[in-house]
Amino acid sequence: MPERLRLAADDGAMLSDHADVARAALSVRGMTVSYGEKPALFSVDATFPVGAMSAIIGPNGAGKSTFLKAALGLVPMVSGEVQFFGQSLAQARARIAYVPQRASVDWDFPTTVIDVVLMGRYRSLGLLRRIGRAEMALAQEALARVGMEGFANRQIGQLSGGQQQRVFLARALAQQADLYLLDEPFAGVDAATERAIIAVLKDLNAAGKSVIAVHHDLSTVVDYFDHVFMVNVRAMAQGPVASAFTTTALSQTYGGRLGAGQLDQLHPAGS
Amino acid sequence: MAGFLDAVLLQAGYNAALVTIGATLLGIAAGTSGTFLFLRKRALVSDAMAHATLPGIALAFLVMVGFGGDGRNLAGLLLGAGASALIGLYLVDWIVRHTRLAEDAAIGAVLSVFFGFGVVLLTVIQSLDRGRQAGLEDFLLGATAGMLMQDAVLIAVGGALVVALIVILRRPMTLVAFDPGHAAALGLPVGRIDLAMMGLVLAITVIGLTLVGLILIIALLIIPPVTARFWTDRVARMLLIAGCVGGAAGYLGAALSATAPDLPTGPIIVLIAAGLFTLSLFFAPRRGVLAAVLARRRFQARVHWRQGLLSLARAEPIHDPLTLRILRAAGAIRPDGVATDKGRALAAKSLRDERRWDIARAIHQDTALTGRYDGLTPIEEVFTADQIADFDARIGAPQPVGAA
Repeated sequence: MPERLRLAADDGAMLSDHADVARAALSVRGMTVSYGEKPALFSVDATFPVGAMSAIIGPNGAGKSTFLKAALGLVPMVSGEVQFFGQSLAQARARIAYVPQRASVDWDFPTTVIDVVLMGRYRSLGLLRRIGRAEMALAQEALARVGMEGFANRQIGQLSGGQQQRVFLARALAQQADLYLLDEPFAGVDAATERAIIAVLKDLNAAGKSVIAVHHDLSTVVDYFDHVFMVNVRAMAQGPVASAFTTTALSQTYGGRLGAGQLDQLHPAGS
Repeated sequence: MAGFLDAVLLQAGYNAALVTIGATLLGIAAGTSGTFLFLRKRALVSDAMAHATLPGIALAFLVMVGFGGDGRNLAGLLLGAGASALIGLYLVDWIVRHTRLAEDAAIGAVLSVFFGFGVVLLTVIQSLDRGRQAGLEDFLLGATAGMLMQDAVLIAVGGALVVALIVILRRPMTLVAFDPGHAAALGLPVGRIDLAMMGLVLAITVIGLTLVGLILIIALLIIPPVTARFWTDRVARMLLIAGCVGGAAGYLGAALSATAPDLPTGPIIVLIAAGLFTLSLFFAPRRGVLAAVLARRRFQARVHWRQGLLSLARAEPIHDPLTLRILRAAGAIRPDGVATDKGRALAAKSLRDERRWDIARAIHQDTALTGRYDGLTPIEEVFTADQIADFDARIGAPQPVGAA
């Protein structure tokens, strides 16, 4: 009965594969995205475990932001399959919060800090429901968690870059999601803001939430994250920071763009 | 004048009153839907759309005459206008998506081609026997003379419907205008919400044709929101103010034009809106020109105040008369120029804040912050407590001031 045995084995493999996907906060198979003729991402496979602090790293133009946007359906995929917590994007939508790059919006928009945070509550507010005390309290609490409680009625144009980033994070916190996807949350922010943001993210992580952040500062990967995904159009390496964040993987991902001296300073695993 | 008063009080006859109410509702609807157009930065698309109505109007007239009907049937003309505006809108979109042309170029191309084609058709219609009295050129600048009651009702009902839809859709439209990426990640159908917004603008354009005319309808869509922007920093209030500005312009403009039927309605409505805009431009608090001038003078006083305090802290002599006057008025120095206790305390605090600012500006490169470095804005207003603690940690312990 070799035929049957092989089928059984296949079944088993499929089952374990399925269980694996269900355990992943985000799993991507064969993602290809292209702007025009040139692929920004080519046939990328990636798995981000539930409850992990994951970093997406790679050189400029490697497709890091595109990876998040394609996973969220913001840019179309040429091919590929995306699952969140083993479900489709539509099914898992309420469990996902997205923090875009802060440069992606016009900060002269006529709105206040608290109104931006309340935008995170849209899914429960809907079209016409009035903003009740509970919703307001949630938004205020989210602001307090990023250290901006005194800024609720400030016009957003008066904020510094770091404060803008905190407001974006507060809007995501107000969504009370299980998975937080952040696009370069530390880009161009001051040191105090970077500390505040990483503290919030570590708190979320301690509460069992999953965090996936596009990250550009290689020197903080080991301190901030426990899982890493390296990408440069293709998936280059991934796994726990302790084992996957190696000099070999880095030089493969960044090509000649990192000098040997820079690589040594990072003290990645295995160096 | 008495005639105008009658018109304003809706006493100038049933039709005139109806037109005035219709124009008011149209103004409110145009102001509010224009607010989202403005926030989404798509204001000029509506201009292409409005100009693209002209060939539709002319073709609808020709078709209706061709079938032996009355070419001036308003519903038929507006249907034609809406259809060709939709084609214009689609063309702008198509050009942007499938060529390397930017949106402004696409708008310019569509606007001029459609309008030119429409003018040619109008000329042809005028040369026809039956076209002489068509009065289609009234659609260019708007006219209320000879407007039928059912036309006024159409405008009023259409305007009210648009306002109702905006109230329902204001939240998703705000989300999409501010951060379309985040809105899409929340699961909002961004494309369809944009389509709904353009649909509302299309409705305003079409029902506003008879009153304001296709050349100037963009003014009624854009002037109210930019006027409202001077007065508020919140979308909800901006909608309210833009609606009021548009409504007031429509109301007064229609009343004026009912009094003087020779004046074209559209330009009068637009001029009144422009008047409100000019008032706001100069006199709005914070964002207006006058406020900016006053703020500059306050800023000058703050600079002198800060320089004076820093001079006190460093025990330097002060010679500038304005600085001395400001310090004296605040009780920081005695009439003979010697610092009071209060003055010394303020000086010490300002020196410390100065050190904090030095560090802050070295760390923070944002113009939003350095722009607020004016000496009198407490640093606590600009930075969070943990940020300031970070600065203090870099300064070290407080130092006695004025000892040297």
